[in-house]
Amino acid sequence: MARKLPRKDVAIIGLGWTGSILAQELTDEGLDVVAIERGPWRDTATDFPTTYAQDELRYRFRRELFLRPAQTTFTFRNKMDQQALPIRSWGAFMPMNGVGGGGVHWNAETWRFLPSDFVLKTHLTQRYGANFLPEDMTIQDWGVTYDDLEKHYDQFEYLCGTSGQAGNLNGKIIEGGNPFEGPRSRPYPNPPQAQPFSYTLFAKAARELGYKPFPQPSGNMSQAYLNPLGVRLGPCTYCGFCEWFGCGNYSKSSPQTTILPVLLRKSNFAYRTDCEVTRINVDPSGKRATGVTYVDTSGDELEQPADLVILAAFSIFNVQLLLLSGIGKPYDPVANQGVIGRNFAHQTISQAIGFFDKDKFNFNPFIASGSIGMCIDEFNGDNFDHGPLGFVGGGYMGQVQTNGRPIQTTPVPPGTPRWGAGWKSAVRDNYLSTVTPGTGVHGSFYSYRDVYLDLDPLYRDHLGRPLVRITIDFHENEIKQNAYLTDKFAEIIKAMGATQVVKQYRKAPYNVTQYQTTHLCGGAIMGTDPTTSAINRYLQSWDVPNLFVMGASAFPQNAGYNPTGTVAALAYWSADAIRNQYLKNPGPLVHV
Amino acid sequence: MSEELARRIARVAVASLLGASSLVAVGRAQTDLQGTSLDPQNFVQIERGRYLAVAGDCASCHTVPGSGEPFAGGRPIETPFGIVVAANITPDRETGIGAWSDELFLSALREGVGHGGTLLYPAMPYPYYTKVTERDALAIRAYLNTVKPVHKAVVSNKLPFPFDVREEMKVWNSLYFKRGEFKTDLAKSAEWNRGAYLVEGLGHCGACHTPKTTLGGDDLKHAFQGYTLQGWFAPNITNDNERGLGGWSVADIVSYLKAGHNATTAATGIMAEEISLSSSQMTDADLKSIATYLKDLPGQASSSPAVSASDPTMVAGGAIYVDECSACHGMDGKGVPFLFPSLEGSPNVRSTDPTSLIRVLMEGARSVATSGEPTGPGMPWFAWKLSDAEIAAVLTYVRNSWGAAAPAVTEDQVKSERAAVLGSASP
Repeated sequence: MARKLPRKDVAIIGLGWTGSILAQELTDEGLDVVAIERGPWRDTATDFPTTYAQDELRYRFRRELFLRPAQTTFTFRNKMDQQALPIRSWGAFMPMNGVGGGGVHWNAETWRFLPSDFVLKTHLTQRYGANFLPEDMTIQDWGVTYDDLEKHYDQFEYLCGTSGQAGNLNGKIIEGGNPFEGPRSRPYPNPPQAQPFSYTLFAKAARELGYKPFPQPSGNMSQAYLNPLGVRLGPCTYCGFCEWFGCGNYSKSSPQTTILPVLLRKSNFAYRTDCEVTRINVDPSGKRATGVTYVDTSGDELEQPADLVILAAFSIFNVQLLLLSGIGKPYDPVANQGVIGRNFAHQTISQAIGFFDKDKFNFNPFIASGSIGMCIDEFNGDNFDHGPLGFVGGGYMGQVQTNGRPIQTTPVPPGTPRWGAGWKSAVRDNYLSTVTPGTGVHGSFYSYRDVYLDLDPLYRDHLGRPLVRITIDFHENEIKQNAYLTDKFAEIIKAMGATQVVKQYRKAPYNVTQYQTTHLCGGAIMGTDPTTSAINRYLQSWDVPNLFVMGASAFPQNAGYNPTGTVAALAYWSADAIRNQYLKNPGPLVHV
Repeated sequence: MSEELARRIARVAVASLLGASSLVAVGRAQTDLQGTSLDPQNFVQIERGRYLAVAGDCASCHTVPGSGEPFAGGRPIETPFGIVVAANITPDRETGIGAWSDELFLSALREGVGHGGTLLYPAMPYPYYTKVTERDALAIRAYLNTVKPVHKAVVSNKLPFPFDVREEMKVWNSLYFKRGEFKTDLAKSAEWNRGAYLVEGLGHCGACHTPKTTLGGDDLKHAFQGYTLQGWFAPNITNDNERGLGGWSVADIVSYLKAGHNATTAATGIMAEEISLSSSQMTDADLKSIATYLKDLPGQASSSPAVSASDPTMVAGGAIYVDECSACHGMDGKGVPFLFPSLEGSPNVRSTDPTSLIRVLMEGARSVATSGEPTGPGMPWFAWKLSDAEIAAVLTYVRNSWGAAAPAVTEDQVKSERAAVLGSASP
């Protein structure tokens, strides 16, 4: 029997980016807010200090900051007729845990999606006709537009001190920026990060091929920054330990470096760490959330009553909690009915590695940051004519190498022995003169009827709850898209002067052991129709109006960008709707 | 507004005025059952007392942090002679000061003579509070009368023999205690006088920043020139250019006291608590007065030759600095304004006593977070990573770089500080 705690106005599940943003916005509104976080407390000086933050073995290979699969994991299969098995070691993505969530160990690539991304189905149908799309592709419009979100993208970029070059300022195309981006109302708060040799060389080659390269928008500071909440960030030192690591220099935007110092001073904010929410409670009508139940590390079960529940966990855990709480109709791919678990998506990543003459090129690859880089956007979204190509979607591409860390960065050309003196000598010869862009081709992943999430019928976690079952595979559209983009990318690497270019295409079947990104999307998607979406355009549950669901689980499909900028913009958009509409008249904000 | 409500407000207002005037006119002549003449309706006096209690930082010693029992005492105060536990000063009649007369309160606060003639130890800073005016002292009493009474008996004296014999304080008082309210210096500005009143009296800055004699009295010849206590060096706060605040403007001092940070420095350790509980809540005008007074305190020229840049310790220290320190503090030692302290030109870095420096490097430090500067950045600890010799070398380097000159930090100094603070040996 759960012990019942005193009522709060708001219970927030998860204290990562979206939990922190909602907590900040709703405490500003005067509400009494508690955030309940599954993982530990984390702070810069104590948890990832400069004295050992740059420990590649500890954080990159032993994955210290991530969720331990023994606590909870997922089962995985490619096809619906296969038996799913539990993931026992993370591979394709890295589920986060603890205060700050993925905001602690992200690369801080802070992109906006294209205006056409938000009206994707309408846009592609209008341009290419309904028959152009694969039959089982289930892409949708979002129910929200770029113009709706612009000021919230701006809000997040100014919170973070994002370093970048505007390409479209109120409709005016600016030289040096991304000419394809939606119009932005003001420039980035900070100038772009400095770009070492390999990045400027990529930009030069791209320019000579007729593209318009621009610096990747970066949440790593190009200079010291004071954000609108009064919190300060320091200049990035280009140490190249961003993704998988916490930043000890206060240089990477994260909840810790932008919001939490202010939030923690508020008397109407409380947080509980190492407390795992096991369900969202609803009243007998099923139409009203009454709070949440969670378990602490002693195994004690506690009930936190609340008037408003914000589900702000990682996308896939949002879906799991909705399914376990019986909120919304579970998706059934056979009947093509239901919404929870629908339109799950990931990303389509590949790269082309360039080997250069070591006597002519020295790239010093260790001078880097997680979101340094020069990119082009000619092959993203619908920025190019897909008509003759027979696929839809795309991605940005660029030399976005995040590091030259010693264990990971051992590039050798094909034909090199896999171990021994020959391998060592090849690593020595190639370390400084190789370009390994990593996520160089950052392609979209559109949604399909048979790519989805549900509860595993067999496997359970330590609390006895069914694991989420992931059913995912690459479809021909994404494979074609990736082949086209990877070839285009390799041309640029070649034009940089590489003597040898090795293309690493993304191929089917989807491999859960190969790291791509942690951009899992969908499963509790937003939309305009309650029969095909879990939440409305304000991220409010169609079924339980006092429940709002944050995060990339809202994406109807994934675009060719990193998702955090859009996740945060949606969070601010939703917070704005709660503050200015919902609290005045609690109830559904959209009637259908 | 209803007429009834308006009449009530008028009555309260009149009562407040009468309360204030009767206090001035009649003084302590009328006492009620609480043993006090103070008028519980006198908002003006109570609010003034609250502010002065903040300025005096009473809560720091008299509240156990996190206890939720303000002013209920019980916090152990570390002195060179042993532990003195702060008293319960809530209005509880049995265990607090609720039954005290105003005379008794004044005598305890300003003369160190408590209930039944008990002599207080100067951990209670009555040698400074003696300068507080009677009006201000009674305002503090008025405020303390309004806080929640907590029934909690506190045994203050936990000193070892012979210091536990309170009668000894008579001798101490005859040597070090000069009774008397603050006297305005008519030759100086009102601002300077307000600053002096706060610094010398209620603020009791000298309690930490003035060196002590072997008996724990103020060494007034070296007033405000820095003193080491509780494992921290409270730095020189005179206007001395080398070791004191000479390089700071009035605005720098105000920012430091208000926000805990200024362009070059961040507060940590004991001062972080002072800023958090006291000076960050004071008015800008008072902080400016304090700064004005401090800027008028003459320094005492002292200099030492720089350790040569070619000295092997300096070379080693420089290499450690590049590896371990420069990412935040910069290759030029300038840091990042309001975020990472500047080591270049820092009087703390070249202070006569490197205790705080050694401690911050070994243990790390959390700078104070305030509403003005909420970031509260921290420095990681290095005791596990750097040996005594390495700590000595890098500190010697920062004390003698970018134009600074200060005595080298020795391996032995680090070793003894490590033993004192961490109770362990060099890694």
